[in-house]
Amino acid sequence: MEATATTHSTEAHTGAPRILDREPLVLNNRSYSWITNRICGIVENKQPLLWWVLFVPSVLLTLLTVFCFTYLISTGVGVWGQKQPVAWAWDITNFVFWIGIGHAGTLISAILFLTRQKWRTSVNRAAEAMTIFAVMCAGLFPAFHVGRVWMVWFLAPIPNANAVWQNFKSPLLWDVFAVSTYFTVSAVFWFLGLVPDLATLRDRCKPGLRKTLYGIFSLGWRGANRHWSHYETAYMLLAALSTPLVLSVHSVVSFDFATSIVPGWHTTIFPPYFVAGAIFGGFAMVLTLMIPVSKIYGLGDLITPKHIDNMAKIILLTGTIVGYAYCMEFFIAYYGANKYELQTFQLRGLYGPSTWAYYFMFGFNVFAPQLFWYRPFRHNLWVVMFVCMCVNAGMWFERYVIIATTLERHLTPGSWRVYEATWVDKYTFLGTFGLFMMLFLLFLRFLPVIAIGEVKGVLPQSNAHASDHDEKGIQEEDLMNYPDRHVAKTVA
Amino acid sequence: MSTTLKRVHGFLAEFDNVQDLYHAAEHVRDAGYQRWDVHTPFPIHGMDDAMGVKRSKLPYFVFFGGLTGTCVAFTLQTLTQTTFWADIGLGFLQKLAETYPTVVQAKPTHIWTLPAFFPVMFELTILFSAFTVLFGLLSMIGLPRLNHPLFVSKRFAKFSDDGFFVCIEARDPKFSQEGTKTLLEKLGGKNIELIEDDI
Repeated sequence: MEATATTHSTEAHTGAPRILDREPLVLNNRSYSWITNRICGIVENKQPLLWWVLFVPSVLLTLLTVFCFTYLISTGVGVWGQKQPVAWAWDITNFVFWIGIGHAGTLISAILFLTRQKWRTSVNRAAEAMTIFAVMCAGLFPAFHVGRVWMVWFLAPIPNANAVWQNFKSPLLWDVFAVSTYFTVSAVFWFLGLVPDLATLRDRCKPGLRKTLYGIFSLGWRGANRHWSHYETAYMLLAALSTPLVLSVHSVVSFDFATSIVPGWHTTIFPPYFVAGAIFGGFAMVLTLMIPVSKIYGLGDLITPKHIDNMAKIILLTGTIVGYAYCMEFFIAYYGANKYELQTFQLRGLYGPSTWAYYFMFGFNVFAPQLFWYRPFRHNLWVVMFVCMCVNAGMWFERYVIIATTLERHLTPGSWRVYEATWVDKYTFLGTFGLFMMLFLLFLRFLPVIAIGEVKGVLPQSNAHASDHDEKGIQEEDLMNYPDRHVAKTVA
Repeated sequence: MSTTLKRVHGFLAEFDNVQDLYHAAEHVRDAGYQRWDVHTPFPIHGMDDAMGVKRSKLPYFVFFGGLTGTCVAFTLQTLTQTTFWADIGLGFLQKLAETYPTVVQAKPTHIWTLPAFFPVMFELTILFSAFTVLFGLLSMIGLPRLNHPLFVSKRFAKFSDDGFFVCIEARDPKFSQEGTKTLLEKLGGKNIELIEDDI
């Protein structure tokens, strides 16, 4: 058995299956208490200067959004640039953009959980937080788009005057249900994941207001295995519920367009194309946030090059799917022989008034991620950040192209008009970035940015059978899920 | 002079690592204890078997929670948008809800407009399931609670950092002050504490 143990070390490899040599998920053999101290330290210590440098402008930008919405309410929706025929413009573009950002969070927390991708543990907490904040930003736009925002409760299924109920046959109402369910379930998922880590913070605090608050929100958690047993089942169930949910949300968002008869919107490829795009844009935003967070707070041992590499690969995959969808839209417009649709696509991509937006979209979303085919680029943080910034911008342009430029050239030339955004449009959108950043920075300040309990669970020493085996590679495997893997010891 | 009555909650023993805890749990299980638990900073895979804990019943509750959501969405939509309930002789429900089904987007008011209702039925299924998960979990594990006798122990706070504990409760029929302590010592438990609770 001694001999087989050495065959698995990288120096003395003698043909044993290399699949057991896995990159560690936490570098430098960190201990449990190191992880606790490092992550709780972010909350407990003073924030670095950079936090304040980012926080103050974020608050100011948030106030800008508040001002713009106040101005909008007091003056009227006409302060936005949309008129007939472009009745949906930046507002719905921003809505779809922000909703899409949220999807990566749910993908990491739910789909990667169900597929046992353990590298998710270091990034899922921040990604879920990002989901919730992005959906909050998204919700503002349709709420104000309805015109009389104080009537927005009409969207809720409550019988209002004259027994008029909501039109449940409308994709716009499906959207209300999809987005509000998405927000609620994401929040429940996030909170449930936070409970054990809030208990960690509670146990480290001195008595006082903070301890009381962490105490209340950690619900009296005491890490009992009889609790963990139910808890893990609950977590798994929420992941299983969130997976179809996240796919449905952006599909429903795409129904807003796809169920219409407007050329350029009436497309069956929209649901999968929107979902892929959302995951694509969301992952770019996760990296945009997590790379600086990792650098500023010294979390390099937990958010390793492997994590960034994996996420870059997902961006490459989804970006390529999105590229396929762009091409397929064109092909179907040609092949479908609907002259209005063909005209729409020709105007979009070839000679229309807003082709510049189409080129931005295509370049940022399809060409930029192709850099990730080359491994050193996936490991160079500057390149990764550059591509992510391209994708963030590109995905906004994608929604703009679909929504606004389609409406600019409608069926009849009589209803043609090029859309121009007003300063209110621009500052409101800019301000939501402030809101998003402000919420994220407050999250960093008060809550554990990495799921402490989950990261500890993927350490090699957390395997109850670690001492039963000589081989390093097997210890990292989750033996309890695969009892027959015990025999792997003798195979080599 | 004040006197406080104390009640013994149980014995708390600390273990060095996951492996020791796992083997200790197997032994406590085999010794026939029922009311005991291990406290760890993260879930340990296989610990349920080592402790003899059965699988959670939560999924069954969630199934019915989800089904409720589907039914609520179906009823809400068909009641307000179709003549379905009147057609099956339950017109009073429609009167009760003061509904007035209208033809919108050329979609008729009979039941065969059902596919237009699927998205909302799906979303409410998920929503109700998720709430059942949350509240089902909390009721099954008896949380939230404001305090617990174990929080009296100074050492116990380590459970959320890197501490691995076994606690055998005094409510267990096999519990005895000497026997249980000896067992925990024999299994390699450290810093064995008798946890007492104020009455």
